[in-house]
Amino acid sequence: MHPSATTATPVKPAAPDALPQVPHDIAPLLLVPLLALLMLPLVGSLPIWITLTVAGLAMGMMIFIMASGLTLIFGLMGVLNFGHGAFVSVGAFTATLVFLPLRGWLEVDSLLLNLGVLGLAILLAMLVTGILGWAFERIIIQPVYGQHLKQILITTGGMIVAEQLINVIWGAEQIPLPLPASFRGAFLLGDAAIEKYRLIAVIVGLTVFAVMFLVLNRTKIGLLIRAGVENREMVEALGYRIRRLFVLVFAAGSALAGLGGVMWGLYKETLTAAMGGETMVMIFIVIIIGGLGSVGGCFIGSLLMALVVNYAGFLAPKLALVSNILLMITVLLWRPAGLYPVAQH
Amino acid sequence: MVQAQPPMSEPLLTLNAMHTHIGQFHILQGVDMVVPRGGVSALLGRNGAGKTTTLRTIMGLWPASQGSIRFDGKEIGKLTTPAIAQSGIAYVPESMAIFSALTVKENLYLAAREGEMDSARLEWIFGFFPALKKFWNYPAGNLSGGQKQMVAIARAIVEPRKLLLIDEPTKGLAPAIVHNLIAAFRELKTTDTTILLVEQNFSFVSALADHVAVMDDGRIVHAGAMRDLAEDQKLQQRLLGLSLDSHQ
Repeated sequence: MHPSATTATPVKPAAPDALPQVPHDIAPLLLVPLLALLMLPLVGSLPIWITLTVAGLAMGMMIFIMASGLTLIFGLMGVLNFGHGAFVSVGAFTATLVFLPLRGWLEVDSLLLNLGVLGLAILLAMLVTGILGWAFERIIIQPVYGQHLKQILITTGGMIVAEQLINVIWGAEQIPLPLPASFRGAFLLGDAAIEKYRLIAVIVGLTVFAVMFLVLNRTKIGLLIRAGVENREMVEALGYRIRRLFVLVFAAGSALAGLGGVMWGLYKETLTAAMGGETMVMIFIVIIIGGLGSVGGCFIGSLLMALVVNYAGFLAPKLALVSNILLMITVLLWRPAGLYPVAQH
Repeated sequence: MVQAQPPMSEPLLTLNAMHTHIGQFHILQGVDMVVPRGGVSALLGRNGAGKTTTLRTIMGLWPASQGSIRFDGKEIGKLTTPAIAQSGIAYVPESMAIFSALTVKENLYLAAREGEMDSARLEWIFGFFPALKKFWNYPAGNLSGGQKQMVAIARAIVEPRKLLLIDEPTKGLAPAIVHNLIAAFRELKTTDTTILLVEQNFSFVSALADHVAVMDDGRIVHAGAMRDLAEDQKLQQRLLGLSLDSHQ
């Protein structure tokens, strides 16, 4: 039959029969629960274990928010953006434009009011970092596509400039950023204390992961991003302008870093211009552990790293500083390309 | 505004003195080639002759450093790859380049730039690639080599295209699959799509192609009817180094 005279209608092919099973790679998914369970006897106290685990999950969620954009940025275009941390700092400092004038509302013990202020601060931070990300890609990244050494140099330079600009605008002193009144304190679960803000961080992190998952798996843009991470040349050969897509991903990744900056700033309760740069080591470790270009891998890597740092801080404080490096080495010995490698760069 | 259509007698694709450099290497050294409208044209040549580079240059994946590429009456040599694809050329690379993390359905859906896939056209494709229907919601990376090649070709024809560039579709495939591909390409020949096939498998090409061009050292050294080359074993020996009866 010649197909030219047909009309476009959605297709639902017949259900396949007797298909071979798709091998699901679930081993990395088990790492987080396995690690947590293994640590229980070592920690020796259930309340302390719960506190450490929730703290680790909260920290992991915040690292994931900051890192998820960067893994897509690298995966899609092979761009090594060492300036990603600048968006974390800018996001956190931009939030002060909401937090400081509305300080009075933050002191009121009203969850709704506090969440409203936090939401406004996050919105502004994401908007500013998203626009900055777009400009950063146009001005800084575009001239150095495909040139990794130049990318490292120019994006590192971009971060230094951004940090100095923050010092010029907000001053070189640390800015205290106290938690909103209703986020302070902890819930008691038996003898275990779970800080309220950490629960909020877990909820925000899970929401970001769910939204990213849905966008990547249920939309055509998501499909293009997943395909582009795997083989951007073929996506272009199918007729799609991947550079436009990349600008979008870069801006979205920068906005996510801005969101992560707000959450991280509230977690630390202090802002410095260098805070973004200081997170870059953690961010790079989790995207390497997760497998370049993999959002799911980045999520697992973030949780793993944060849990390991928390458990090590309690069990062997001297090891805590190097625990994330040890974790990376261990994972790469097991899976040299990371937990779920996607990108083919 | 009425746009002037190229006359049907004009070749679909014309390469004129096309040069391509990859880094310091001068790969294509003045390729002159004509692909007529309709049917299958084959591009043959030994390894390293420049066949793949020719296809990649047509697609804009490697820019031509000199010369012209006219497609359907328009110069496309300076266009970007997406613009070339949008002008009606589909490309199946040697590596197949299927998206292994995506399902068969998603691979084809991406190629349907109009949005929805045409159900009748899909049924037509399933007619000669039934495995695709079976593995519709299956990750393409888990398929066999032959099935991946089917995905790659189906992706290129999921919407009607004027020209199909296919690079070594039989490479590494079992004879039964190659036989299946021949049937599929014969079916494709009945449509308006023109096929430019790069191949090493002479039997496969001679079963399908109407026209042939032979490359050596980045230049076209022979062009003509496939039938003439298929019947002239001395010419095959001279151009392709095929020993007599090697492909019988």
